[in-house]
Amino acid sequence: MASQSHAANPHSRYYVPHPSAWPFALTVGLALIVYGVAGWLEQRQVPTTLLVSAGALLAVYIIFSWFRGVALESEHGAYNAQVDRTFRWGMSWFIFSEVMFFGAFFGALFYTRVLSVPWLGGAGAKLLTNLVLWPHFEAVWPSNGPAHIGGDFEPMEAWGLPAINTVLLISSSFTVTWAHHALKDNRRGRCIAFMLLTIALGATFLGLQAHEYIHAYTVQNMTLHSGVYGSTFFMLTGFHGLHVTLGTLMLIIITIRLALGHFKPDHHFGFEGVAWYWHFVDVVWILLFTFVYVL
Amino acid sequence: MPNLSPAAARALRRLIAPVLAGSCCAARAADTMDNAYWNMPKGVTQISHEVWWLHMFAFWICVVIGIGVFGVMFYSLFAHRRSRHPVPAQFHENTTVEIVWTIIPFLILIVMAVPAAGTLIKMYDTRDSDLTVRITGYQWKWQYEYVGQGVSFFSTLKADANAARQLGSGIDPATVPNYLHDVDRPLVLPVGKKVRFLLTSNDVIHGWWVPDLAIKKDAIPGYINEMWTKIDEPGTYRGQCTVLCGRDHGFMPIVVKALPEAEFEQWLAQEKSAAAAGTPPAAETPPAPAAAPSSSGSAPGAAADQPAAVDQPSHDP
Amino acid sequence: MAHTHADHAGHGHVHDEHAHGPERGIMRWIKTTNHKDLGTLYLWFSGIMFVIGGLMSLGIRLELFHPGLQYMDPETFNQLTTMHALVMIFGGVMPAFVGLANWQVPLMIGCSDLALPRVNNWGFWILPFAFTLLLSTFFLPGGAPAAGWTLYPPLVLQTGNSFPLLIFAIHLMGISSITGAINIIVTILNMRAPGMTLLKMPLFVWSWLITAYLLIAVMPVLAGAVTMLLTDKYFGTSFFNAGGGGDPVMFEHIFWFFGHPEVYIMILPAFGIISTIVPTFARKPLFGYASMVYAMASIAFLSFIVWAHHMFTVGIPLAGELFFMFSTMLISVPTGVKVFNWVATMWKGSMSFETPMLFAIAFIFLFTIGGFSGLMLALAPVDFQYHNTYFVVAHFHYVLVPGAVFAIMAAIYYWIPKWTGVMYNETLGKIHFWWSAIFINVIFFPQHFLGLAGMPRRIPDYAVQFTDFNEISSIGAFLFFIGQFIFIYNILRCALFRKGLKPAAARVWEGAHGLEWTVPSPAPYHTFEDPPQEVDTETPWVAGHPAVAH
Ligand code: HEA
Ligand code: HEA
Ligand code: CUA
Ligand SMILES: [Cu+2]
Repeated sequence: MASQSHAANPHSRYYVPHPSAWPFALTVGLALIVYGVAGWLEQRQVPTTLLVSAGALLAVYIIFSWFRGVALESEHGAYNAQVDRTFRWGMSWFIFSEVMFFGAFFGALFYTRVLSVPWLGGAGAKLLTNLVLWPHFEAVWPSNGPAHIGGDFEPMEAWGLPAINTVLLISSSFTVTWAHHALKDNRRGRCIAFMLLTIALGATFLGLQAHEYIHAYTVQNMTLHSGVYGSTFFMLTGFHGLHVTLGTLMLIIITIRLALGHFKPDHHFGFEGVAWYWHFVDVVWILLFTFVYVL
Repeated sequence: MPNLSPAAARALRRLIAPVLAGSCCAARAADTMDNAYWNMPKGVTQISHEVWWLHMFAFWICVVIGIGVFGVMFYSLFAHRRSRHPVPAQFHENTTVEIVWTIIPFLILIVMAVPAAGTLIKMYDTRDSDLTVRITGYQWKWQYEYVGQGVSFFSTLKADANAARQLGSGIDPATVPNYLHDVDRPLVLPVGKKVRFLLTSNDVIHGWWVPDLAIKKDAIPGYINEMWTKIDEPGTYRGQCTVLCGRDHGFMPIVVKALPEAEFEQWLAQEKSAAAAGTPPAAETPPAPAAAPSSSGSAPGAAADQPAAVDQPSHDP
Repeated sequence: MAHTHADHAGHGHVHDEHAHGPERGIMRWIKTTNHKDLGTLYLWFSGIMFVIGGLMSLGIRLELFHPGLQYMDPETFNQLTTMHALVMIFGGVMPAFVGLANWQVPLMIGCSDLALPRVNNWGFWILPFAFTLLLSTFFLPGGAPAAGWTLYPPLVLQTGNSFPLLIFAIHLMGISSITGAINIIVTILNMRAPGMTLLKMPLFVWSWLITAYLLIAVMPVLAGAVTMLLTDKYFGTSFFNAGGGGDPVMFEHIFWFFGHPEVYIMILPAFGIISTIVPTFARKPLFGYASMVYAMASIAFLSFIVWAHHMFTVGIPLAGELFFMFSTMLISVPTGVKVFNWVATMWKGSMSFETPMLFAIAFIFLFTIGGFSGLMLALAPVDFQYHNTYFVVAHFHYVLVPGAVFAIMAAIYYWIPKWTGVMYNETLGKIHFWWSAIFINVIFFPQHFLGLAGMPRRIPDYAVQFTDFNEISSIGAFLFFIGQFIFIYNILRCALFRKGLKPAAARVWEGAHGLEWTVPSPAPYHTFEDPPQEVDTETPWVAGHPAVAH
């Protein structure tokens, strides 16, 4: 095993990189973006477009160079087994932080469904809240609240597009695993084929979700403004969609790297990290499908 | 820990005597502390007495534990300093003492938790009230509404205090009676009756607190919180808004005037006839929309969709 | 194998890497990936923020010196309170602890750097940008955020131009904390010298392992919470609006799910520091190493299920109230174990009282007092009287200032000889200690009385019966602050003007054990590029270690 040969080799030190301007530049990019967006939100006299696009360009350029640098270092064998373990731990904890981020929005969904909406309808100790403040409100889910914010809407249906999307994402988890096996068996062509399939599934998912959103806004009158139902729905599925987009981009980059001949059958954490991320996105979707659509 | 115990025992004996003596004196002193301005007021309700007792109980437990722990620590700092105790012992583990000092604090906690839970349960029991008052918080005043009586009014900071509190007013607050603790129209309540409060807010979260009644609750826009009190003694009891609610959070006092029942009935009848005669009580003027503090941006989602709480008919279930 | 080639190439490369020293001039600091440089940067940053946050607290204390409004309008006062807390917590205490971890964790576990050095640089440099954005809001029309550091809606939604900058600054701080925490946790899990099992790690490292876990778990939740504020204000969502089915109280739940673990994030590294310093100066192994670890783990676990003790008055149902009361009280048990273990470590030791030890002792004493008031606050029915009064302000300043901040000062005194290679001035250190220990109590002890007597927090003006204690508190605040310049002078001399100072030995304190004392002082730019030998990694607290046998 390669890892053993690394560990046994006393000269294989942990890789400590050169000083680097990437992180600082990335921060400059981020700061420009948020300053621009903040100005736009408050309609302040700042060159919003300029700030945001300059920041975004810088950030994208840096992220690209940074990851490219890491890929090159990896391909040059700078990383020993310990560095590999660092990436594994690092990615795992990063995914954990993402889980907690989604946790906040799932928390909001459960709180509104289980507590606040029933309370407004007079459940439990909050009978008077209903009788005094919202006398005509009946708690049912989906709800846009006693003030009927956003007006009548048609809730989302689970067994149409969302069910298809579920199938797509679950399949894509399989295809990415098959790709992984192919890589381990050193069958690169097969691996790339499965990766392309995974990317296609991800892209189709995104396309269908876009269609679902457009339908919701134009036909169902189901928007971010539709009370807590609209809020939790669009925030949860929206952030998920963002993560799918990111995941798809990552898959594309990994596929390009595969085509460039990167990765070894026994040394390919870049691939695995992206696969983990993809599985994470998939699991979140299954939770979403269950709690946002079905139940 | 055998190699520790003789010294510990000696230290303990030295400590316990003054601790006991000290706490006896102090406990007596504490009884006279209730109205002092450095301690919690004992208040004028049964609940407030219980709360005060719990407060002092927890306090003295902490004092005793503190004297014990710090006593040992300062004794050790003195006796085991390098000049007196040049060769350090090397023990560093003893499962028995670890277990002991896990279990003893746990038991002490139970001793505190039980009466606290009892009082809490009583505070939550709003059933069987004789009178219901609805309290609504506004930026920055209170509205009181005697449910089912047709009496309702606003209560704001007294004018003299309001003048004195302006930036650089030149008025010495010490010359204003009950500076920041007085209002134009106090909430009038009967003594000896169980009064239930329905608390809500028209804009942001406020907090309604009168220390002498030992009740404090947040006024949440769109929700009703309940609490109750039963005042034992007539008098005037003062408090303030306790949740940061914007610019004038410090300037929305609460005053409760507790009257003997007969006087209260008389007052209520007067108010009712005044309301009937059309003397515009404060409540009839629609409340000014909550002004956003200095900032230009306000909350579109939040403010626009607030229930017009005052317009809703009151149901007394 | 195909691998060998890459290996050789890699090694040549790797050796080159290690040949590099720091870059020249400002670029050294902008581009550095070195944990010592970044530790230094974090500590500088934190020091600057402490001074800014301290100045804001002086503004608060100035206005509260007398009743009536003398110096600022109420809105400005609220801005100062809000920004004081945000700056102190996110700019002062947290970066200081991260800085200490940067310096010490690799030295204590025997590795060459943090696991992800470039990410480390990123995590640091986000902070100056985030705080520039945040502090710049003072100059916007409408001023800085003024809704309290707890950012409760609907009030916070009334914030003006500064609102999005507030939210984005918090997002940036979150990225910084999360990347920093991932880095530290991975370093600890992956980079320990051979033979250093988890239960042989120095306690400071343990405390950071647990803290990093808490950070990764709760900072994303804060990010989620403020994101919902953002969409409620600008995109028409109704998370915190009853009319749409939401609830302002829901924000409080999410916020305190973050906020309560956050306060332990600010105290666990302090526990680790005290557990390092006390054995050194008692010349005796730490008492109850394993129980210290378990206690910290229990505190971390419990910290996730107590959050609503900040919300006893919001009207949660009785069962919830009772649950949160009991769980909160339980935290006293593991915390007590820690206090008892520290005292038992001192017991029969051979103590000397250098400045770090003095601060550690003051920590134990004053933090415990803060803990006691915390326990009183935990009793829900009594909290109705305490809540949002100066009693709470007194509680949390006792755990935060003579707690967290004193621990940071103790750590700096303790390790600065290792960092700079020179001893600080012990006499000035002692003066600084006594000055701080006295005036911290002058500031915050009277606030207990104020709160009990009925003075709410977050008010710019108060009823006249509160005047005396406020005057005392304000005088204490000014004197305490002035005294900190002794500290600043003392450490600036070590850091920048070393001429004439006494050089420090490798093992600075005779009673100190651990890997960091096996490298020279100042610690060279690169240390432990090859992991140290196994025997050195035994912590001396473990029986049978040569250091233990006198
Ligand atoms: C470092 C930060 C820190 C720490 C460590 C703590 C520790 C504790 N805190 Fe504190 N707290 C804050 C920071 C902190 N807190 C802040 C910032 C706020 C206000 C936030 C805001 O509103 O702005 C706050 C507010 C706060 C409240 C809400 C008050 C209110 O708003 O009404 C409560 C209520 O329960 C509370 C409780 C506790 C408890 C029980 C502990 C316990 O962990 C303490 C345990 C320690 C001991 C008890 C002492 C040692 C133990 C022994 C010697 C053993 C024997 C003892 C006994 C059995 C009694 N805290
Ligand atoms: C860690 C956190 C922290 C720290 C250190 C402090 C420090 C101080 N605080 Fe603060 N405070 C809070 C956290 C903190 N506070 C919080 C969370 C609130 C609640 C806000 C809200 O209501 O929303 C609050 C609120 C608050 C209030 C109540 C305001 C109100 O309710 O309106 C007051 C009033 O007196 C006050 C005073 C002070 C004073 C006088 C100090 C002094 O101790 C300050 C003195 C200066 C220092 C301690 C810094 C010195 C250190 C150095 C110079 C070190 C250099 C370091 C390195 C080189 C690394 N604070
Ligand atoms: Cu109303 Cu504070
Ligand atoms: Cu807490």
